[in-house]
Amino acid sequence: MSVGELKVRDLSVHYQVQHGGGHAVLRAAEHVHFDIPPGTTLGVVGESGSGKSSIARALMRLVPAAGGQVLLDGQDLLQLEGAALRTARRKIQMIFQDPVASLDPRMTVEDIIAEPLRSFCPEMDRAQRHAEVLAMMQRVGLAPEHLRCFPHEFSGGQAQRIGIARALVQKPSVVICDEPISALDVSIRAQIANLLRDLQQEFGLTLLFIAHDLATVRYSCDQVLVLYLGRVMELASREQLFANPRHPYTRALLDAAPIPDPVLARSRKAEPLRGEIPSPMNPPSGCVFRTRCPIAEARCAETVPPLIAKRPGHEVACLLD
Amino acid sequence: MDPTAPLLEVANLSVEYRTQRGVVRAVGGMDFTLAEREFLGVVGESGSGKSQLLLALLGLSAPGAAVHGSIRYRGTELVGAGPRALNQLRGNRISMVFQDPMTALNPYLTIGQQLVEVLRLHRQLSRADARSRAAAILEAVHISEAQRRLKQYPHELSGGMRQRAMIAMALVCEPEILLADEPTTALDVTVQAQILTLLRELRERMGTAVILVTHDLGIVAELADRVAVMYAGRCVEDADVRTLFADGQHPYTRALAASLPRLEGPLPERMFTIPGNPPNPARLPPGCSFAPRCAYVHERCLLAPPPLTVIGPGHRKACYLDGLPPIAGAP
Repeated sequence: MSVGELKVRDLSVHYQVQHGGGHAVLRAAEHVHFDIPPGTTLGVVGESGSGKSSIARALMRLVPAAGGQVLLDGQDLLQLEGAALRTARRKIQMIFQDPVASLDPRMTVEDIIAEPLRSFCPEMDRAQRHAEVLAMMQRVGLAPEHLRCFPHEFSGGQAQRIGIARALVQKPSVVICDEPISALDVSIRAQIANLLRDLQQEFGLTLLFIAHDLATVRYSCDQVLVLYLGRVMELASREQLFANPRHPYTRALLDAAPIPDPVLARSRKAEPLRGEIPSPMNPPSGCVFRTRCPIAEARCAETVPPLIAKRPGHEVACLLD
Repeated sequence: MDPTAPLLEVANLSVEYRTQRGVVRAVGGMDFTLAEREFLGVVGESGSGKSQLLLALLGLSAPGAAVHGSIRYRGTELVGAGPRALNQLRGNRISMVFQDPMTALNPYLTIGQQLVEVLRLHRQLSRADARSRAAAILEAVHISEAQRRLKQYPHELSGGMRQRAMIAMALVCEPEILLADEPTTALDVTVQAQILTLLRELRERMGTAVILVTHDLGIVAELADRVAVMYAGRCVEDADVRTLFADGQHPYTRALAASLPRLEGPLPERMFTIPGNPPNPARLPPGCSFAPRCAYVHERCLLAPPPLTVIGPGHRKACYLDGLPPIAGAP
């Protein structure tokens, strides 16, 4: 019986890219590690280019890992091939950022949600599949009359419900959510966030939840991983991260978020972080964040800061912490 | 043009499209004025008509659009004005910053060529004068190494730099009105903070009036003097920014604020949600468009849309309800 414990050890993702007439290695993720206990949620935050989606895709075996282990209930997904990989894939599913683009426009809602059952549960007959699809649709808030509809007939929020039903229909234990609410209207985001939380409790799901804003993560995650240029800057429980953010990049992300209160927003003193995320083709030496860090010192250019547990469950990669 | 007339007066402005599924009213009955140096934030979700409103102000609505009502810039009517008259204003007295600089900038021209083109057209400057003015405006939006950037193409700049270049292009003729359509939505949060700081600074230094359209109440809280909340093509509430956040009176305004995730404050077990979905603009309900999602819906709300009425100094709302009880479950 799978419980959905995900342990990632020393995971790196590299891409071979054309660069200046030759080939070069783009290091999208370097030595990433984290544990997600069964039934809990890890939030992954960072700006574009931080490696969030590369990590998600490597966990799903959609891109090859350059090294490391992805242990799902003790079994290393990166070592599996053929039938064993197929069996393991039943346990780990993904929800994508753009709900409409991630659904096949020529398939009906029923076909879309039934497809994982056709692939993974060949013993099921048509009537059983139909019953499973209907039950899952009802569970995510879709009506039975939507069965014969096509993706373009749905709003973003409704389309994301289809994507969630497809991911959950054959009862995975781990779900990778790649910015599942970022593309949705503001009034719809909370609906989908609440739905994911309800489904997590009902099915005991382990979630990896990628987001680019920390406020969303605060409502839906137990632990938070902060990434910058493919490296882990900070990993902490939600309580620790928001009450006591230790890495300068985490603090900068918190300071950069617009405050929906005109009095507070205008009394804030923090200066925005300067510059932009450097090219992953040419990352800075030492600490990759040092070129934008407000407190960087000379030694930050020389030594790569190791990720150190400052207290149980709170790890920080900063020489100055 | 009358320099003593109000900067911008919009009255009963509507934008409609005829489609195979009937008439789609993208904007209906917008009424507002923009004062000199004023920063107006327009908040709405996708389909609320906020971008259509901006396009209509510049006479840029799509060819099939029927634009009715009145847009007066310094007393001159812009609805129905010909392209020649509009071209003298666009990019000159009124200019626009778009959401995605990569599609709004011309990929075949360098940043310098695009800036010089605007200046030569509207200011009849010599090439040399235009170039030095172009370099100065890049410095004003904090683009480093301005001389080198002038020779670069849009794809050679980072996302944040491209948005700064587009803001420079919009401001190079020192317009009286800057229109900005979700100018930071495509950017990372740290770069967004830089651009918001830049807009605040430029507005203070140059005194440009701004209409900024966004889905993000946080951005409005940071920058705007006054806020208009749009839903299904109509303004449902407008007020000065502090009143709107402290004492928003339309159920949609309140619900939108309550559904925002926050970095501080109590952490409820479930997030506050607005039920349902925004309406299809081709099939708007006969009454208040928000009625199907409203917690306080009443029979009369279903019959006719409530008019936008004054409820306090500079504060209007389009809702039949008098006073609003606190929202159950809201922070």
